[in-house]
Amino acid sequence: MGMDGIIVSLILATPLVGAAVILLLPERGKLAAWAALFVSLLTFLLTLHLPAHFVPGQSGFQFEETAPWLANPLIRYHVGVDGLSLWLVVLVGLLAPVGVVASWHSVRERSKVFYALFLVQQTAMVGVFVSLDLMLYYGFWELSLIPMAILIAMYGRNQTEGGGAHAALRFFLYTFISSAPLLVALLWLYARVGSFDYAVLRGAIATGALPAGPLCWVSLAFLVAFAVKVPVLGAHGWLADTFAEAPVAMGMVVAGKLGLYSLIRFHVGLFPVQAREAAPWMIGLAAIGILYGALLALVQKDFWRLLAYGTLSSLSFCTLGIYGFTLTGLDGALLQTVNEGIVGGALFVMLGFLYERYGTSQIGQYGGVARKAPVLATLFVMTGLALAGLPLLNGFVGEFLVLSSTFTGVNKGWAVAATAGVILSAAYVLQLVQKVFLGEQSAMVAGQLSPPVSQQGFPSGARDLRGGEKLVLVALVALMVALGVAPNTWLEAMEPGLKAAASVANPLKTPAASPAMKAGANGMGGKR
Amino acid sequence: MNAPMLFLPLIPLLPLIGFAVNGLLGSRLPKAVVSTIALVFPLASFGLVAHAAWLVRLGLALPVIEENAPTWIVAGALHFSFALALDQLTLVMLLVITGVGFLIHLYSVGYMSHEDGYWRYFAYLNLFLFFMTVLVLAGNFLLMFVGWEGVGLASYLLIGFYYERKSAGDAGRKAFVVNRIGDFGFLVGMFLLLGQFGTLSFGEIGANLAAHPALEGGVLTAIALCLVVGATGKSAQIPLYIWLPDAMEGPTPVSALIHAATMVTAGVYMIARTHAIFDRSPVALMVVAGIGAATAFFAATVGLVQTDIKRVLAYSTISQLGYMFLGCGVAAYSAAVFHLMTHAFFKALLFLAAGSVIHGLGGEQDLRRMGGLRKQMPVTFWTMTAGVFAIAGFFPFAGFFSKDAILYAAFLQGTAGKAFWFVGLVTALLTSVYMFRLWYLAFFGESRAEDKHHPAHESPWIMLTPLVILALLSVGGGWIGIDRFAGFLAPVVGEGPAAQAGSAQLELGLSVVAVLVAALGWFVADRYYRRSPEKPAAVAASVPLLYSTLVHKYRIDELYDGAIVKPVLMVSRYVLGWVGEGVLVRGSAWVAAGVVSLTGEGLRRWQSGNLRSYAGWLAAGAAMVLLFVLAGILFGAHGVGFSMNWAGR
Repeated sequence: MGMDGIIVSLILATPLVGAAVILLLPERGKLAAWAALFVSLLTFLLTLHLPAHFVPGQSGFQFEETAPWLANPLIRYHVGVDGLSLWLVVLVGLLAPVGVVASWHSVRERSKVFYALFLVQQTAMVGVFVSLDLMLYYGFWELSLIPMAILIAMYGRNQTEGGGAHAALRFFLYTFISSAPLLVALLWLYARVGSFDYAVLRGAIATGALPAGPLCWVSLAFLVAFAVKVPVLGAHGWLADTFAEAPVAMGMVVAGKLGLYSLIRFHVGLFPVQAREAAPWMIGLAAIGILYGALLALVQKDFWRLLAYGTLSSLSFCTLGIYGFTLTGLDGALLQTVNEGIVGGALFVMLGFLYERYGTSQIGQYGGVARKAPVLATLFVMTGLALAGLPLLNGFVGEFLVLSSTFTGVNKGWAVAATAGVILSAAYVLQLVQKVFLGEQSAMVAGQLSPPVSQQGFPSGARDLRGGEKLVLVALVALMVALGVAPNTWLEAMEPGLKAAASVANPLKTPAASPAMKAGANGMGGKR
Repeated sequence: MNAPMLFLPLIPLLPLIGFAVNGLLGSRLPKAVVSTIALVFPLASFGLVAHAAWLVRLGLALPVIEENAPTWIVAGALHFSFALALDQLTLVMLLVITGVGFLIHLYSVGYMSHEDGYWRYFAYLNLFLFFMTVLVLAGNFLLMFVGWEGVGLASYLLIGFYYERKSAGDAGRKAFVVNRIGDFGFLVGMFLLLGQFGTLSFGEIGANLAAHPALEGGVLTAIALCLVVGATGKSAQIPLYIWLPDAMEGPTPVSALIHAATMVTAGVYMIARTHAIFDRSPVALMVVAGIGAATAFFAATVGLVQTDIKRVLAYSTISQLGYMFLGCGVAAYSAAVFHLMTHAFFKALLFLAAGSVIHGLGGEQDLRRMGGLRKQMPVTFWTMTAGVFAIAGFFPFAGFFSKDAILYAAFLQGTAGKAFWFVGLVTALLTSVYMFRLWYLAFFGESRAEDKHHPAHESPWIMLTPLVILALLSVGGGWIGIDRFAGFLAPVVGEGPAAQAGSAQLELGLSVVAVLVAALGWFVADRYYRRSPEKPAAVAASVPLLYSTLVHKYRIDELYDGAIVKPVLMVSRYVLGWVGEGVLVRGSAWVAAGVVSLTGEGLRRWQSGNLRSYAGWLAAGAAMVLLFVLAGILFGAHGVGFSMNWAGR
């Protein structure tokens, strides 16, 4: 029990302290990278404490810590973990060392700044997941945007028009502007309720004492900030450029989980009535987003952009599951959030390896990489299939739960439309696999072209994965199999954290079950 | 009998171990070790299946349902397990899959001996057996779907085995994506089932249907039709058959195992497995029968003019699967499964014999450059002859019994049934013609090979042994008779329609007609391809439009490409890409940028590349965070209302 009372603080503090230490280190060789690796592994081990000591069936928060911070206004350092946030914290912990390994060879200059900011980003993301005081939460939320924007600007690949700076600006504008109303909304709530505490605010809103009109705007401010960060279709304008420019370690964590978590916890969780009104829109956007993203992924010529649209498609499954407000759908959505973190992260890392070796993300220049890098090719195919929802890999379980619950409990039409996404995802994944890895070796892959200017001096060309790279990718792929074969290990702990969101009544929900269905339910249980 | 020792989970798991060992270590192992591993595990699986069959013969009561199966997914009210179940239908399927599967593994040791990636090939082949046995052992739809998609994966990997060949990559991708269209139907079908029954367990759904005899049509039709979409994908029926001819890009033993004997029959198996749903929906049954008859005829016409030996067999497979669909559609499930079994024997044989021919000719697949192989490859010739007579439906070969059972069952189903019977009969004529055409072109006459210096050689015995065994099965596999076979399957799929009406005389009469038709086909092929080989070209020239339509397979691929694939890509590229992304999304971004008027000065600063300016941004960002944290204090200090006192208002 000893560590339970401080574990969350330890997880938050370790990367921050590590970042400070790295800044003090001399800029020498791989020193900063080694230090970052050590710190991120330590953090990961600390996050593993959470599932090891988590009590699955228990509702409410565990590992809670609370301490007064400011008396007026009343801001508390209040953190804790429940089924909703548990695996997301572990996921951040897991992806950190992966990010360090992915940056090992590609970040060569100003590495101290890079790794320090990278670690600050870890703290910020964990902070978002564990904060139970909304002002504390907001601080971490904003903090998570800054290192991201700076790293995109400084370490961008400079391959889009305007380069990294342009992409960083766009990212910054989208996320900062959208989260400014969130602050106003928070302050309004505080003015009304007199607390930033999650439970207190939740209770106060549930009483219905707050005026409905402003509350509607407040909830909308929350929704917009989160929807941009996910991103939900329509708010995704920053995604493709950011993917094209962001350093791998940043790109792999920029989308998805922060926004999705916040939607469940702070939009659906705090504003069930308003969330219900938004649900038909969100479901429509999600279902269309699944198809829209996949269709665009199908015609991209740049693999970063392809990944961006694929991610948009795959994240839309999560949104769909959240706004169905069924327990099964929320299970699927949260599982899919974790899945996307792992699968999207692994794809980002692998494409990063290709980019580092060949210096281009133009799919058309590739071909026949499988002959030179069979291990990379195998791992890529498995990860791609996980993205496409092949059973026994993790993507399938999440997608199936979301789609089936949407169909049976929410809306058949949107569910069928979203299900058509499985055809498109297979199409764009396999097309990418074929163009990059299969076929004859292209001139570039065969080494007949001199390496591009930006890559001169790099050890480019014929190399399969290096030891460390192989290790992290095999671990991620093993995790995809584990999550696909035994998803219950994860689902069991998640579910109590989702009950609240599942109690929201959905206006799209199909009315009472048909008589035949009821009869069916009664007649169940017989053996043939 | 209490808890019989069947070790059901081991049946799929053993090949999975073979896959894992060869997949992880195979590249470093000598070929002999790789092939031993690849053979031992499927053989052990077959041993377990044979053992189970023996116990059944001794009186073991079926079905055996695996108790305490491990849980897979529990979410909300849903609960899915890895439940396996063995009944008569599964047993038949397992015998075919592991039996024929093992023979094809054995054959592959010889056929693939010169290939790079030997270990990879066998790893995939073992993986296929894992998924295929899961498919037929599954006790619920979701686990069946695991096998269903899994065999699709194995198929994708094996079609694209020669991955450096673009055509192979294309074919693999096409197979997977087209199958995904079918899987889309399967998924929606499962959602409907969940909505209707709240479960995906075969046992529970069956019990529920039995408890509600009045439940008919409506949602059951919808479920059945969704499942049919899935079945047309996997079993290569109209309109989703287009992937199968291309799948011939894979090594020939793969075509024999996956694209003839086992995987492509999964759709037929699925309909038989879920017949309780189909039986409640006359509409769905009619659709299945219609698809089957149309596909059988259509594919046979294309098979008439193909020149690639494997393509002839591919269209033949599509056509024969059409027969099985027809059988299912007239509710003669046991006849369909009977044909599935005999077809597995003779079509695997035909493909393997074709593989032997290709192997003997150093990779030649074009019938126009074969000929005269009768003497050079006698074992291949005689075994293939058995296969040709079996598929053409000559008494007493295996195909005669099973095809007849389907046609007879169709004949008994009223007017529509007689029409189906007639289509089936015409198809039988065409089948006989194109099979004897292949037989004559490959084995008779003079050699038309371009390379006369390397005469064809007979294949090694490791390849010929499976041929001989399959030839024996193709000759004798039907003697069990439809009555005993149907009797065995009756506890699962019920009594066929043939058992209810009809007479022995009618059945005999129809059989005689069928054999006469097969003989007529042989006669035609003999006239055109042996006695006057110049005639077919003249006939083709006299009906150029028809001929070119057939050669180009009715231009269906081109039609799909133009009507579906290209428009989808155009819409994605131009409507979504240019209008959606370019104008709407980017436009809104620029509006947002304009709002804060950072576009001019700000952008230039950001792009300066000056580290100091980045540091400035860093400082600004950090200051902002600080500001947010301190915001409360500042507000508090000025007392602008952000105090506890307001809470009550």
